[in-house]
Amino acid sequence: MTTGSKQDNADRYWKRNLRILFSLLAVWWLVSFGAGILWADSLDSITIPGTGFKLGFWFAQQGSIYVFVALIFIYSWLMNRLDREFDVRED
Amino acid sequence: MDVQTWTFIIVGGTFALYIGIAIKARASTTGDFYIAGGGVHPVVNGMATGADWMSAASFISMAGLISFMGYDGAVYLMGWTGGYVLLALLLAPYLRKFGKFTVPDFVGDRYYSNGARIVAVVCAVFVSFTYVAGQMRGVGVVFSRFLEVDINTGVAIGMAIVFFYAVLGGMKGITYTQAAQYCVLIFAYLVPAIFISILLTDHLIPQIGFGGELGGAIGTQVADGETIKLLDKLNQLNTDLGFAEYTSGKKSMLDVLCITGALMAGTAGLPHVIVRFYTVPKVRDARISAGWALFFIAILYTTAPAVAAFARTNLIETVSEANYAQVEGEKSIPQWFKTWEDTGLLAWVDKNSDGKVQYVAGAALAGKPSFTDQRGSHGERLVSNANPETQNELYVDRDIIVLANPEIADLPAWVIALVAAGGLAAALSTAAGLLLVVSTSISHDLLKRVFVPSITEKQELLAARIAAAFAVMIAGYFGINPPGFVAQVVAFAFGLAASSFFPAIILGIFVKRANREGVISGMLVGITFTASYIIYFKFMGGTADQFWFGISPEGIGSLGMVINFIVAFVVSRFTPETPKDVQELVEHIRVPAGSSGPTAAH
Repeated sequence: MTTGSKQDNADRYWKRNLRILFSLLAVWWLVSFGAGILWADSLDSITIPGTGFKLGFWFAQQGSIYVFVALIFIYSWLMNRLDREFDVRED
Repeated sequence: MDVQTWTFIIVGGTFALYIGIAIKARASTTGDFYIAGGGVHPVVNGMATGADWMSAASFISMAGLISFMGYDGAVYLMGWTGGYVLLALLLAPYLRKFGKFTVPDFVGDRYYSNGARIVAVVCAVFVSFTYVAGQMRGVGVVFSRFLEVDINTGVAIGMAIVFFYAVLGGMKGITYTQAAQYCVLIFAYLVPAIFISILLTDHLIPQIGFGGELGGAIGTQVADGETIKLLDKLNQLNTDLGFAEYTSGKKSMLDVLCITGALMAGTAGLPHVIVRFYTVPKVRDARISAGWALFFIAILYTTAPAVAAFARTNLIETVSEANYAQVEGEKSIPQWFKTWEDTGLLAWVDKNSDGKVQYVAGAALAGKPSFTDQRGSHGERLVSNANPETQNELYVDRDIIVLANPEIADLPAWVIALVAAGGLAAALSTAAGLLLVVSTSISHDLLKRVFVPSITEKQELLAARIAAAFAVMIAGYFGINPPGFVAQVVAFAFGLAASSFFPAIILGIFVKRANREGVISGMLVGITFTASYIIYFKFMGGTADQFWFGISPEGIGSLGMVINFIVAFVVSRFTPETPKDVQELVEHIRVPAGSSGPTAAH
């Protein structure tokens, strides 16, 4: 094994890491800045069935927060899998 | 038993618990003192982070703020939780891999410059003191209201408690007391919220009741025979009285975007939160720990908007057109109205002399109430600063919403006592975390890393304790003599964190090309820009119509952050490249295990 292939491994790991980051941050952006703010007014014409929540308002005051929590747990799970795949997990 | 006895028992009991934990978790090394020896379980760290983060303002003021802002309150809800996603994905794991003790450690090492380190220290100390003054004041206010002691005595008791566990236990003592404080504060927040949800909507879970139909003991009265959703009724009540619809906003969309952005980036850049992720054993613990932290925070942050809507509905329904004096057979104000009027957080001016409370849009008074010592014809406290331009007769301080909730809903005395203990837990835990940042900045970042590198471990620990002791005393001084501008400087804390630390750390991890010259100029330009904008509008009389693109000072940190990034990029491009060993450091922190890092190369 040369240091070159180690470096290669680290580079590929980093690229995959960035891909995970960008996908999750896209969701983060969509639920908060998107659904909660930019499109809140038009989403407000929809009411979540069975509740009094207008959709845009719900995303702004409830939904985005639930998604944020889920995103971090998903991130943690994906990264731990990636660590094992590239054998860079700490013991 | 009466409220006061209950408060003594519950507050006394929780304090004894905190002190007991502090004695068990004494710090014996600087590693213990700064980062709890790096051995904290991720779930415990999550709880401690939650308590660290949720301050007196989150506990006492936030629901009230949302209650009066309606939809616009979302800037706080999304801003203060969304920041954790940034923290978890972009900062925490890498800083944990970097190791060391503080944020200035990272800035100083990554940008190979003690100048950058000192800029970071100054920002960290400023941000922390800004915050801590408010916490100490919160402690004093809770004490004076629930235990009827003088505010100053309350601050002194709070100082003594924090002194005890912060100076003795350092981060180790703080972490375990914060975990206990989280349990106290979340229990204290949820119990009244659940009671009120049942009373207004007949749902056990506030987050569900929030979207449900009116029902239950109070809700049925509000609905008055109709079958109607709580939020629809609230929109109706608000518009009838001339307020904006509860579920739509008043602020401009760009301003909402900017404020949310600044609060998110600011949250991720606050030193007392970041440092918590140094305390867990591994990189993967840092990742999951951020998830637990946000989970614990989200329990309060999703309950708060529900409480806000319940309280708003109940407030309008109870006081609007009610007689101030008790009139047989007609709607009259409840007892809590007078209790809170006595504390000065509520005031009523009978502008049209009908003896009834007219609560409509517009400011009832010019600013906060200034009471004369006299009583009016109905027995109300007279104020001298009524605003003649509006019909509104009622002034309500936003802090009432959470503090008076148990009384408004007629809950048992122990619940009221619990709220007092919860408010104290929120304030004390945040204060302790901030004070630790101040003491670490001085003993570690300034003494050990810059001025006296030869200092021994023992001396450094002593210096940390002395610095913590001084920081507690300065914080106490500000709690007793609060600078009038505390509320305004909170915008500063987030704006500064967003426009300085946040870009500097992100660039340090993700852009190898970012060098010393680039990042220092970025930080300086970002801070100067943000600070000037805030100072101009908060202290030099700038008016809202002069806002750039309608961006308020609370949101300007977003623009400051963008400017910081641009300057850092441009300057880095035209100045010498980052040294090789620093580039290796960056490679090293990007990967959890040490296989490709500098440790393996040596």
